[in-house]
Amino acid sequence: MDNIAGQKSTLTWVVHISVAALVVLWMFPTVGLFVSSFRTTDQISTGGWWKALFPAEQNLTIRTAAPDTQVNIDGMFVIEGTLFEEGFDASVSSWGISSRDINAFVPGESAELRRGGTITVDAAGNYRMENTEEFSGSRGQRVFVTATTPPEFTLDNYNKILFSGSPSENMGTAFVSTLTVTIPATIIPILIAAFAAYALAWMEFPGRPLLIAFVVGLLVVPLQLALIPLLKLHLGIGIGKGYLGVWLAHTGFGLPLAIYLLRNYMVGLPRDIIENARVDGATDFQIFTKIILPLSFPALASFAIFQFLWTWNDLLVAKVFLIDATGQTTVMTNRIVEMLGTRGGNWEILATAGFVSMAVPLLVFFAMQKYLVRGLLAGSVK
Amino acid sequence: MHPALQGVMTIAIGVIGCVGYFYFSNLFLDKVLYPAKGPNAGRNINRANQIRPWLFLFPAFFALSLYLAYPVFETLRLSLTERLPGNRYEFVGLENYTKMFAEPKFWESMRNNMLWLFVVPAASTGFGLLAAQLTDRISWGNIAKSLIFMPMAISLVGASVIWKLVYDARPEGTEQIGILNALYIFFSGGEPQTWLTVPFWNNFFLMIVLIWIQTGFAMVILSAALRGIPEETVEAAIVDGANPFQIFFKIKVPQIRNTILVVWTTITIAVLKVFDIVFAMTNGQWETQVLANYMFDKLFRANDWGMGSAAAMIIMLLVTPILVWNVRNARREMR
Repeated sequence: MDNIAGQKSTLTWVVHISVAALVVLWMFPTVGLFVSSFRTTDQISTGGWWKALFPAEQNLTIRTAAPDTQVNIDGMFVIEGTLFEEGFDASVSSWGISSRDINAFVPGESAELRRGGTITVDAAGNYRMENTEEFSGSRGQRVFVTATTPPEFTLDNYNKILFSGSPSENMGTAFVSTLTVTIPATIIPILIAAFAAYALAWMEFPGRPLLIAFVVGLLVVPLQLALIPLLKLHLGIGIGKGYLGVWLAHTGFGLPLAIYLLRNYMVGLPRDIIENARVDGATDFQIFTKIILPLSFPALASFAIFQFLWTWNDLLVAKVFLIDATGQTTVMTNRIVEMLGTRGGNWEILATAGFVSMAVPLLVFFAMQKYLVRGLLAGSVK
Repeated sequence: MHPALQGVMTIAIGVIGCVGYFYFSNLFLDKVLYPAKGPNAGRNINRANQIRPWLFLFPAFFALSLYLAYPVFETLRLSLTERLPGNRYEFVGLENYTKMFAEPKFWESMRNNMLWLFVVPAASTGFGLLAAQLTDRISWGNIAKSLIFMPMAISLVGASVIWKLVYDARPEGTEQIGILNALYIFFSGGEPQTWLTVPFWNNFFLMIVLIWIQTGFAMVILSAALRGIPEETVEAAIVDGANPFQIFFKIKVPQIRNTILVVWTTITIAVLKVFDIVFAMTNGQWETQVLANYMFDKLFRANDWGMGSAAAMIIMLLVTPILVWNVRNARREMR
């Protein structure tokens, strides 16, 4: 429409650039974490992730093989090997054996070891330690190398986080518990709310406007208020902390939005269909299950996405109603917060754990964006 | 039993229980209590139809009352009591409130909350409006929208991790891995800053995380509202020689004022409840405390239910104007 005014070219150009800038700004932090989750500890700590796509010069600290691998060749005790793992295509530009002077030698030079003997490192990272006496001690020599390494990405972090990591790193069980929390906490409120929404939309009974106002009011009640009384209640009636408690809590907290969204949608369904069914002798239960539910699918899907994202991403409710002192059950968000506390600097662990927890919501988001947008519009523009 | 199996079983029991309630309660009503046959068939159908709404409503409103309405009053009561050993409660009047008002940490939370309340809705709505207006006019606008909207799916905890990497600081002389410090050093040549520990300004670094998430929400709603503007008004303005900025600010924005208000209040509510971001990133240290985290602190660290409840009541008090406004709007619409 702006081209009517004849200013199209320059302005559209500015618009394209601004939108591109906005998108880059919005994507940049997420991409950063995503890229970091495919990098090793050393790579992360030696350079920003934005350099990950280019060869990087890194400072690495590597130990040679332990003295018990030494072989005796003609009276010389020799330890040989390579500093880099197989398939790791790096070239050494300088190296050292003291943390105070890590660039002391160029590849090919030999260094005197403090406890006797010499060590030689070549450009490809192969080393050879020689000594006239036997190497002692249980650990290998520390070597500091400055090496140019090609961009390299690894799936090790994911393997560690999901399957093989130590209990403090593993997210596998937390993933399953999150799923266990989420699925009933999504399905149960939908079922309950759908019936109530139908009653509020299409059934005649005294006090209906008042109940609708009640639901609208509860939409904004902060769930912080519910924490203490409900925890007290759960402990009092013996539910305690556990899955049952967290499902009930999520159901209660999700209901106002569910009822509100579904009622607004159902009210808009054509009156004729419902009245014809009534005339034909269908009961309300039949009308509901055979006509209303199938027709309300878009609204049900919208709310299901909301509730799923909200319960999957929740930390507070799980912390209060699910996680007890034994730490038997936990959810991913809580594991990540714990990791932030204990492993604040281990970005490869944090980034991977973060992405493991984000993968499912992002998938749902991109697959069902249409319904999400529709639900947002129905829930807010009123 | 394996946790996954246990999970599947509990899901099945929960869902079957729910479906079972509705199915059998209706069956009971129609077949046993008021069967639609025999001498009183007509009266029975009417009676059944009078009861049925309540059958439909009961689980939802029972849960709502128990999980949201009752806690409001119970929290109010608890905020006036002190928990004594042995599960006893003693009425202490307003003592919890006076104790809380005497704490500097509480006033710090209030100040920060007010900052959040002003900055986050304003910035999110502003960016959202900008993004909505710009993306509506280009061919790849939908993809751009989708990408700006994406943070909505990310948990606040996940977002905290994402942004902690942005704010990361390494000792001077080593390579910076946080983009903010890398840029800061590149442009100003200064020392790396630990952004989250700089009092006052660190609040804004936390707010950015929520703005980043909420902008997508604002954009989606506002973009729908912008599309709903009658084209004649815009065309008339173009014919009268208005420039694009005038069209936007004088023609479009006034027409979507109500939607902007709705977006603003919705984000305000989200801000009042913000907990995860502060909890995960600073835990209220370095003068970044907010009410929701202050309350959690009182509740589970200090184990002081009285003061925790008092803090929750303050949050409720701040939400109340919006609650009243919403209910009045809803009632007006229903007429």
